[in-house]
Amino acid sequence: MRRIYLDNNATTPLAPEVFEAMKPYLASDYGNASSIHWFGQNVKAAVETAREQVARLLGARAREIVLTSGGTEADNLAIFGILGAARQKEKHIITSSIEHHAVMNAGKALEQQGVEVTYLRVGSEGIVDPDDVGRAIRPETVLISIMHANNEIGTIQPVPEIARIAAEHDIYFHTDAVQSAGKIPLNVEELGVDLLSLSAHKIHGPQGVGALYVRRGTPLRPLLYGGHHERDRRAGTENVAGAVGFGKAAEMAANPAAGEIEGVARLRDQLESGILANVPQVRINGDPQRRLPSTSNLEFSYVEGEGFVIAMDLKGVACSTGAACSSGSLEPSHVMSAIRKTADQARSSIRFSLSRFNTMEDIQHTLEILPGVVEHLRSLSPRYKKPVAV
Amino acid sequence: MATQKNTISTPPTLAVAMSGGVDSSTAAALLAEEQPVVGLTMQLWNQRRLPAVAPPDEVRSGRCCSLDDVYDARRVAEFLGIPYYVVNFEQNFEQQVVRPFVERYLAGETPIPCSLCNNHIKFDQLIRTARSIGAERVATGHYARILYDSATHRYRLLKAVDESKDQSYFLFGLTQEQLSRSLFPLGDMTKAQVRALARAQHLPVAEKSESQEICFVPTGDYAGFIDAYLSEQKQKSASEGPLVSREGKLLGRHRGIHHFTLGQRKGLGVAVGQPLYVIQVDARKNQVMVGDDKDLYRRRLLARDLNWIAPPKSGDWFEVSAKIRSTHPPASARVRLGAEAAAQVEFAEPQRAITPGQAVVFYDGEEMLGGGWVSEVLPD
Repeated sequence: MRRIYLDNNATTPLAPEVFEAMKPYLASDYGNASSIHWFGQNVKAAVETAREQVARLLGARAREIVLTSGGTEADNLAIFGILGAARQKEKHIITSSIEHHAVMNAGKALEQQGVEVTYLRVGSEGIVDPDDVGRAIRPETVLISIMHANNEIGTIQPVPEIARIAAEHDIYFHTDAVQSAGKIPLNVEELGVDLLSLSAHKIHGPQGVGALYVRRGTPLRPLLYGGHHERDRRAGTENVAGAVGFGKAAEMAANPAAGEIEGVARLRDQLESGILANVPQVRINGDPQRRLPSTSNLEFSYVEGEGFVIAMDLKGVACSTGAACSSGSLEPSHVMSAIRKTADQARSSIRFSLSRFNTMEDIQHTLEILPGVVEHLRSLSPRYKKPVAV
Repeated sequence: MATQKNTISTPPTLAVAMSGGVDSSTAAALLAEEQPVVGLTMQLWNQRRLPAVAPPDEVRSGRCCSLDDVYDARRVAEFLGIPYYVVNFEQNFEQQVVRPFVERYLAGETPIPCSLCNNHIKFDQLIRTARSIGAERVATGHYARILYDSATHRYRLLKAVDESKDQSYFLFGLTQEQLSRSLFPLGDMTKAQVRALARAQHLPVAEKSESQEICFVPTGDYAGFIDAYLSEQKQKSASEGPLVSREGKLLGRHRGIHHFTLGQRKGLGVAVGQPLYVIQVDARKNQVMVGDDKDLYRRRLLARDLNWIAPPKSGDWFEVSAKIRSTHPPASARVRLGAEAAAQVEFAEPQRAITPGQAVVFYDGEEMLGGGWVSEVLPD
């Protein structure tokens, strides 16, 4: 059976070039990057090259990049790191109601520690209003954390506008750019952020490695204590092969082949228009314009999302009902609630997310399978009435 | 077998409900040898939800809906090379099983959530989900047998060959439609055979122990669960009340009627020199009555919401053998049907602790005919 992967916001396939770059460091080039001898120097050089590659993707300096175990650690390091270094007694942070769990649950943990957290509401299109950020600022606000692009509906947040407001008030600003990296331009100067999270496996790199950009001069308390790795900001022996793979993936993301990103957007649009043309009662969730070129989140009325994902998987097409981060099963998504979806609408919403590894054949094959699956699921729904042709 | 994993060519038309236990795992193994199957695990209850009654780690494993059981079921599916999914029915489970369980306890009854779950979740929502993904039938690890009678065009339900494991009592509420879509591959086997098969196939759960308690109350502390649930729901729990003798004499106070079930001897909080048993739980008076063991024996009961798997016999009164709890040996009785799926049941001999909230299930030999919920115990 042909298998098609349309869940690239969960993770992406490793690029062959990335695999090639990693191989020596899994097979022969061993060493501890902190060691004095040749073995250590050899892998240290590889890690630093990777750091430069990651920095170039962001228009940052290598020394501003802290390598982490992934996006979740980067988000946690940004939030707890800034809060831990802040001197004031009363602390307040501002975030949104559509953040990834790594930010949302870090916020909840801070609340338990007595930190005040504002979770900004978003409009039904899934975008934070910068004016709301301004209005939420208090004298004790120490951090604003608003994601760059949403993982479920793909909406792109007005990060430069929010960054300006944060700068005016002299408040640190973090953005989780895990989903936007490699899909839309990312430049820390243009975005105006102080901290930015990345994950390698969302850009065709390996799982288990990520980075936090920390603008020079930003005080940060580490999460992990140990040796003096990562300029005392993240202890632990470097994940050399992971870093090298991340570096290669970042380099490729920074230099996409001509037409590559447009190509992904075209496939997404073909998929979406094909579905909208052939399946009745489907709606786009989020903002149809201000969103990632790779993501389509659709509500199929009267379709049980869980059944849809399983039925599609049994026919070889992988998609999802939302974030993949709950333990095997699915809770109603906080993002769907935040954009005013009812529980039924949330349950009927499906995310398709593409990458440069998808082809037109993938989309055509999906479009052949999908209408039948939707029709079958609707035929079993007690609430569905087939529309009568007029 | 594991090489099948990514090469299934025909989508499965049979689903197996996999709990992570040895029974359903063996059922899956048996069926996967014959045809493409898909494994489904129902996520029914979040064990972390009520911290006050959360089981300690050593109890948590081997219970329904624990992450460990999902892990085990997934491991078995992996081992068998079958597609496998976890489906989340928590919302429905709470509405159709947990809430009624709590409400019936507060009404002085002793409910059986397993039958409610079978009627409303396992043989309803799960079958619907299975059908939505192309599986027209669902197999489970139940010990019971389904037979199709081509003469009457009806499905019949028989006790398991292994009577010590028979679970037909919990299945009295199934409809013909549900039976037509169900498969019990273990009904012809003994538990020992199932265990031996699991071992022979090297199933990862072959040595796993059995779960005995109600799945969402793995510690067995029902009253504690009810208190924790009501407190989470910001509802008032049952309050303390009088504990009286058969003659109405006040012997002490009880901690809430949901702590008591008929025939219970422990935890009464009174001592009078001879063994005392709960002989009545009266929700209206919020009163628990205790007495001698002989006071527990009754012959007559009223049942509600009857469901018949075999067509009910005709005649004013008809003879059956009946069980009033899962562990009760069937006893001869006669049944008279009333209006609105109610019935009166009269045992030939008095039975100990006929308990409202339990099911009364009717048999003719090895055939399960149907049953209903005990709504009232009548005086002789």
